[in-house]
Amino acid sequence: MTGQEAIIDVRGLSKSFGDKVAVNQVNLKVHKGDIFGFLGPNGSGKTTTIRLLCGLLTPDAGEGQCLGLDVLAESRRIKRQVGYMTQRFSFYEDLTIRENLDFVARVYGMSGRKAAVDEALHQLGLEQRQHQLAGDLSGGWKQRLALSACMLHQPKLLLLDEPTAGVDPQARRDFWDEIHRLSGRGITVLVSTHYMDEAERCNRLGYIAYGHLVGEGSPQSLVEESGLVTWLVDGPDIHRVADELRQFPAAEQVVPFGNRLYVSGTDEKALGQALRPLMQQAAFHVERTEPRLEDVFIRLMNTSREERW
Amino acid sequence: MSAFSLYRLWAVVLKEFVQLRRDRLTFAMMIGIPLIQLTLFGFAINSDPKHLPLAVRSAESTPYTRSIIEALVHTDYFTLVRLTDSEAEADRLLAEGKVQFVLAIPPGFTRALLRGEHPALLMQADATDPSATANALAAVQQIEGQALTHDLTGPLAHLKGRAGAFQIEFHRRYNPEGITQYNIVPGLMGVILTMTMIMMTALAITREHERGTMENLLAMPVQPLEVMIGKIVPYILVGYVQVAVIMAASKWVFQVPMEGSMLLLVVGILVFILANLTVGITVSSVSRNQAQAMQMSFFFLLPSILLSGFMFPFRGMPEWAQVIGTALPLTHFLRFIRGLLLKGNDWALAWPHLWPLLLFILIVMGVGLLRYRRTLD
Ligand SMILES: Nc1ncnc2c1ncn2[C@@H]1O[C@H](COP(=O)(O)OP(=O)(O)OP(=O)(O)O)[C@@H](O)[C@H]1O
Ligand SMILES: [Mg+2]
Repeated sequence: MTGQEAIIDVRGLSKSFGDKVAVNQVNLKVHKGDIFGFLGPNGSGKTTTIRLLCGLLTPDAGEGQCLGLDVLAESRRIKRQVGYMTQRFSFYEDLTIRENLDFVARVYGMSGRKAAVDEALHQLGLEQRQHQLAGDLSGGWKQRLALSACMLHQPKLLLLDEPTAGVDPQARRDFWDEIHRLSGRGITVLVSTHYMDEAERCNRLGYIAYGHLVGEGSPQSLVEESGLVTWLVDGPDIHRVADELRQFPAAEQVVPFGNRLYVSGTDEKALGQALRPLMQQAAFHVERTEPRLEDVFIRLMNTSREERW
Repeated sequence: MSAFSLYRLWAVVLKEFVQLRRDRLTFAMMIGIPLIQLTLFGFAINSDPKHLPLAVRSAESTPYTRSIIEALVHTDYFTLVRLTDSEAEADRLLAEGKVQFVLAIPPGFTRALLRGEHPALLMQADATDPSATANALAAVQQIEGQALTHDLTGPLAHLKGRAGAFQIEFHRRYNPEGITQYNIVPGLMGVILTMTMIMMTALAITREHERGTMENLLAMPVQPLEVMIGKIVPYILVGYVQVAVIMAASKWVFQVPMEGSMLLLVVGILVFILANLTVGITVSSVSRNQAQAMQMSFFFLLPSILLSGFMFPFRGMPEWAQVIGTALPLTHFLRFIRGLLLKGNDWALAWPHLWPLLLFILIVMGVGLLRYRRTLD
């Protein structure tokens, strides 16, 4: 359910730490109701970009709006309507679960505080443990607490920095169902993640590498635009085959997956030639398949590295 | 969104209270530090200050009285700052601490002297800090025999006699027995409050930075002033708990008198606690990490203890040290609390020591607000 109203619209966003450029000329447009997946290797600038968006860092250059408010001048008003979940747990470990939620509710001046906190505890399933110190929770539960705390004041925009890192599959699925429900209600979500299955559940993706936003679009369009061709090879002795295929420059990515091999490259003809000997052997089954998002991202990362060096 | 909201302030205050309650170490520090210090400083620290301000209250001015004053100044222990004939003014100077001594020359002194009646002069000393006056008073006794050697010649030579032509009587005001604890214990209250208040709050904001909770706090719509005041408020209570401990000790253990108004005490202490808390919170918002905050606190504590008049009599210090001392809240608090407990000073007499504290709070809080980091840069 994507509208046309741009909730995030920034241009030329840059930020350096010393002489290290963490975010370089990033243009980002996220529309109302979007679930925007933010991907990129470690240290590529995801967290920094998110901090720039919610006014926690001052950009060196760039301009734009967040929720129709100026990112540079009106960060105070932006904060009221944004729910930001930090990558590292940053609620108070020496406060109980309930006290943390109470604090958040008070700071945002919520009127029905008690009811809202009760409801959040109920949804979390933490009613029984509400008087436990937050510091005593397991890693995954801390994530879930942080998530529900940053949604407590019903923000219009959620900025979630790796919200499901270390969270079990059931909780992750619940989380993504919730994200889609919120999206359906017109809430915009920008979420950074390293999980491919989560990337596939977003309706838009942005891929950042070395501070540059190198790819943007729906998962489908990213796959199509990547120019990748992917073959699936099934057969015996897959690891020896993988080593042999890696000799061909056209086989840019050779990824063993169980007993199968994903072979991708951009030069369709050369890749076909590299695979021809295998196709002629009866023991091997070779077929064309859709490129996977992971292969697309790794290609994006590699090409942006080549451009850099 | 309003610039300052009592509701958000309340949120921070509540949170800080709960965190403080869970912090056993701070709790132990709150009670432990006063007890340790009281034991440690139970003994006196002596020194030999000179050029103490002296006022002379005299109804007459004759060559003889001038010689006596000259002789006093000549001992190096006194500087004449005021000559007056009003008893009220002299008393006020002493109570305000503008002078440490008042020499009273009674009417008819010269006549009595010349008649060989061995008249007496009265030397009043502000003995709240006995170590500051002891040597000066000893020096006064010396001049009894010598001051008039050059004036009493010829037919008057017999007046010199063995007993001296005149006598000086002492009157130690405020602390007649010269008990050093009377001075040390109220002073200690100031030192303890300075130490604990600054150190505890100095960590308050850096702790948020180091635990990573600052990122969350900054992402929420709390204002710097709300955070700073919110973190200060719980420690006001802590400060009063300490004051109660020290007051109990000074009453039951050291038998320090309590002359002034209780309400004035409570108000004055509040102002002083606030002054220290603003220092702490400002240190906290300026420093990058807890270690730096600690260093800065010590950088402030050391001169406070050394140059405020707690360790050494204020007037015994060189001028540059007095200038530094005047900028420190402890200096003014010591004058306030000694004046209150020992001299029974009232509101009007306390005000000259309180307004510098208020000014200090304003300036320091302003610096803290300016330097409060609103972002993670
Ligand atoms: N406060 C800072 N001071 C100095 N360098 C920083 C700071 N914050 C981030 N960086 C640097 O900026 C770059 C981008 O960091 P950022 O945290 O945005 O990456 P990320 O994409 O979130 O990585 P990850 O996937 O590991 O979370 C990194 O090289 C990092 O070292
Ligand atoms: Mg990150």
